[in-house]
Amino acid sequence: MTSPKGRDRSAPRGALRRRAIPYFLLGPGLIWLLLFFVVPLYFMGRLSLESGSLETGGFEFTWEWSNYGHALGDYQDRFVRSFFFAGSATVIALLIAYPLAYAIAFRGGRWKNALLFAVVAPFFTTYLIRTLAWQTILSDDSPVVSTMQTLGLLGDGGRLLATDGAVIAGLTYNFLPFMVLPIYASLERIDVRLIEAARDLYSSARTAFWRVTLPLSAPGVVAGTLLTFIPASGDYINAEFLGGTNQAMIGNVIQSLYLNLRDFPSAAALSFTLMAVILIAVFIYIRFAGSEALMGEEAEKAK
Amino acid sequence: MSRAWRAVRERALNVYAALAIAYLLLPIAVIAVFSFNDPEGKFNFTWQGFTLEHWTNAFSLPPLNDAFFLSLELAAASTLVATILGTLIAMALVRYQFFGRRPANFLIVVPMATPEVVIGAALLSMFLIYGLELGFATLFIAHVMFSISFVVVVVRSRLIGFDRALEEAARDLGATPLTTFRTVTLPLLTPAVLGASLLAFALSIDDFVISNFNAGESVTFPLFIYGAAQRGIPVEAYSIATILFLVTVVAMAFTVWQQRRAQQMASIRPEQEDEPYAGTPAMPPAPGAAGG
Repeated sequence: MTSPKGRDRSAPRGALRRRAIPYFLLGPGLIWLLLFFVVPLYFMGRLSLESGSLETGGFEFTWEWSNYGHALGDYQDRFVRSFFFAGSATVIALLIAYPLAYAIAFRGGRWKNALLFAVVAPFFTTYLIRTLAWQTILSDDSPVVSTMQTLGLLGDGGRLLATDGAVIAGLTYNFLPFMVLPIYASLERIDVRLIEAARDLYSSARTAFWRVTLPLSAPGVVAGTLLTFIPASGDYINAEFLGGTNQAMIGNVIQSLYLNLRDFPSAAALSFTLMAVILIAVFIYIRFAGSEALMGEEAEKAK
Repeated sequence: MSRAWRAVRERALNVYAALAIAYLLLPIAVIAVFSFNDPEGKFNFTWQGFTLEHWTNAFSLPPLNDAFFLSLELAAASTLVATILGTLIAMALVRYQFFGRRPANFLIVVPMATPEVVIGAALLSMFLIYGLELGFATLFIAHVMFSISFVVVVVRSRLIGFDRALEEAARDLGATPLTTFRTVTLPLLTPAVLGASLLAFALSIDDFVISNFNAGESVTFPLFIYGAAQRGIPVEAYSIATILFLVTVVAMAFTVWQQRRAQQMASIRPEQEDEPYAGTPAMPPAPGAAGG
């Protein structure tokens, strides 16, 4: 810096250093994700193609593709059930979340922050305990069940626990905030003048909603449905606490194969299939729903 | 459309929203109420009588206590590391143009779009193949991993609204880069980082699925509850859950307050009504400090 000569030399080096800065910032975190997210997926893929058993001296890598066939054949019904439960929970959550997010965004007024707080409040209690709270609420001698029995909505020996409905309700509850927040965020971002313009041009409130508000909030709906559907389809706590043996989901199978039966290749094959199915479904969904919905964030930054 | 019908419809939406909020809060109320229950058997399912016993003794059950403090330790350690790594990534993504941005973005988003059971199973597969002993270290690795993406998302969303002109002004007024960072950048960044670390902490202390795969003999708070669920959960667990809830509420109120302060600080600059520019303090506060 002191001598002109030194400055000449440092200029390109400084530019180079400046260009390297983002990589230094990214480096440690991305390496962590590579080592402990991407590499483990590779190992899981490997494990899913191994054969053998713990009794006969462990597993060996043999390109055992039949693991996939066996696992899918044995647990097909759990797969179907998982996606059915997750899909139902997503639809119900959307029906609850959209009007709620709409009310908070457009009617919230000075209560907005308090209402948003109420939406995220479930996150502040332990996941397992709030699911157990539902177990309490739906348990056989709870006021809910006895009220429903008195009203004739439920037979005398009828139960709420250990039914499909209980598991779907639990999934809906546990992932509802993931649905509300993105929808709220996209509604909040809408320029109210666009809706007013539609009204000025003599559209009815309903038409303005369907033609202006709803399309503009689509990115939030897409993000919300994904954030609900993905964790719900892999979940096994709700099925375990609120369901019976007939409600077991694919997550229950993966857990017990890994941790209890120690049949690692089948468990790995199932996990891989679950991930593949979800990725394909997400891909199709995004294609269908319009990719700009998810890339909205990127597009906004590019502006 | 008649006025009466409109009034009914407007009420209907509000009533619907109120019911949805009640639905969201109901289990929390149940947890709090049942922490005062005095169950006769092992199962805390039906209301049998009021007692303060499980609050005064909240921290006197050794296995529950150990599990809770292990969770606190784990959450503190993983939050610290994940917040640092995630904040650095967010700064790189918001402030620099560089080659490889898309794959970097992709690598950050995919873990959030992967079911936890798959993440847990994949990590366990790797640990098994390497023959690593499961315990605090493997839990720590896993918790940092799944927290990083969330930290990036929260910090990035707040950094995008960051007014770079404030830093330029400080530099123009003769501040050194270090002083600028200390007196302008850091105070404006603090709420975002605090909010992100709060989220990371909450994710870590609440994680069951991934921990269940990689804990080995270690027992965290959620793992303890899972193990105890079959035999009947001690009521003290409800008290601790309620305490945890209250502490998080206070912590969140604090970050919201910090956020407000940062906004006030950023709005020292006079508004220029005619010239809208990116990152004006007119930006609405980010929804919910817990973000996503």
